[in-house]
Amino acid sequence: MLEIRGLKKSFGSLEVLRGIDLTVNKGDVVAILGSSGSGKTTLLRCLNFLEASDEGTMVFDGETFQMAQMRKKDVARLRAKTAFVFQDYNLFLNKTALQNVTEGLIVARRMPKDQAVELGRRMLAKVGLSDREGHYPSQLSGGQQQRVAIARALATDPEIIYFDEPTSALDPELTGEVLSVMRNLAEEGRTMLVVTHEMGFARHVSNRVVFMAEGDVVESGASQDVFDHPQQERTRAFLRNIYQAGVPAD
Amino acid sequence: MISERLMEIILDSFWQILLPGLAVTIPLTAVSFFFAMIIAVITAMVQFAKIPVLRHIARFYIWVARGTPLLVQLFVVFYGLPDLGIILEPIPAAVIVFSLNEGAYCAETVRASLEAVPAGQMEAGRCVGMSYLQVMGRIVLPQAMRIAFPSLSNSLIAMVKDTSLASNITVTEMFMETQRIASRYTEFLPLYIEVGLIYLLFCTVLTKVQHVVEKRLSTYGGKGG
Repeated sequence: MLEIRGLKKSFGSLEVLRGIDLTVNKGDVVAILGSSGSGKTTLLRCLNFLEASDEGTMVFDGETFQMAQMRKKDVARLRAKTAFVFQDYNLFLNKTALQNVTEGLIVARRMPKDQAVELGRRMLAKVGLSDREGHYPSQLSGGQQQRVAIARALATDPEIIYFDEPTSALDPELTGEVLSVMRNLAEEGRTMLVVTHEMGFARHVSNRVVFMAEGDVVESGASQDVFDHPQQERTRAFLRNIYQAGVPAD
Repeated sequence: MISERLMEIILDSFWQILLPGLAVTIPLTAVSFFFAMIIAVITAMVQFAKIPVLRHIARFYIWVARGTPLLVQLFVVFYGLPDLGIILEPIPAAVIVFSLNEGAYCAETVRASLEAVPAGQMEAGRCVGMSYLQVMGRIVLPQAMRIAFPSLSNSLIAMVKDTSLASNITVTEMFMETQRIASRYTEFLPLYIEVGLIYLLFCTVLTKVQHVVEKRLSTYGGKGG
């Protein structure tokens, strides 16, 4: 469904992505792992054109795009098929929870308002926040804000959802509620590409893992294989460090 | 200490001064500020969006408008432009100068406020499929204007007083009227204090309004909302 070939991106003289290849099939939940600075977030931002890529090819639904020379029209078309969940939620601060979900539907997709509101309520119910629809982001906890952000992402029924460290800004106790929503989506068969530090999620919820280091994909494969039989020394070192730091893998 | 005659002059002149205040000073301020806001938002957005050429024109305009005295600007437009065949009535000339002058200051306020809105707001808007202008108009600008409100109120209050400079280009506003009355009666101190107090009254009302509006303005569930 989504195929990336040779994606490169530099910030000045700093090469952040050195030619990434990545394939995501329909229904895949792919976890992207790696230490800070390995380029995970930049990769995700390039995929949604929040950052301009220097080089690379994207095949989306059989259509091929040169990522360095995207036309505005194509960017808009591709964004309409995808959704993005940010690390720091980025809910519209001047809109209520419900409005956050309906805004894109009404303004960008010209959905009639009552229809959008009905869909918005359904999405909020799905993330367990029906009783918070009139609340502004500042009146919600971090976990609730992120769940609203997920509801907003779901509302457009995207073919793929990108998650950029969706739980990294959350207290451990709030992380659980967001992960359980994501687990439900995975079980529904949603296609998801998740940059995460949650090893439990990567191991048990995602079916594929991509391990990145210094702007390269070092290793990728089925979750169980990568966790149980890492082939590359760098993957082994990364997993060893994580376990020593006391983060449980399951 | 205040003689009966003086008391009479002060009371009589109160209405004579207040009338051009209500009929000229306030409308002049309101209309000029309205245009100033339009200029400010456009100038700020042009810079914020880094539109080539236009942003340099915007910078140049702000540089000139803020860097030269308001009084000089009034003279250039009203007494200077006729040399080029451009003859303006006093009030239109005043509106043009006040709008352009105030617009430059407010543009900086609005630009700083746009920059104070987290960049993620725009990114999130783009990701749900809205165009740049849609996100700007519905998400970023409303938040920026909320941030800018106290500073813009400040500018408005300053402008009420600055309109007294229009007396120099023959606009019969409050101060011009006071000057006339003062020289007619040759009573200067009480009448200039009186007009000062009327300006103070106007600004006090505006300050109160600002506070009430600020409290009522949605802070989107945050403090004071």
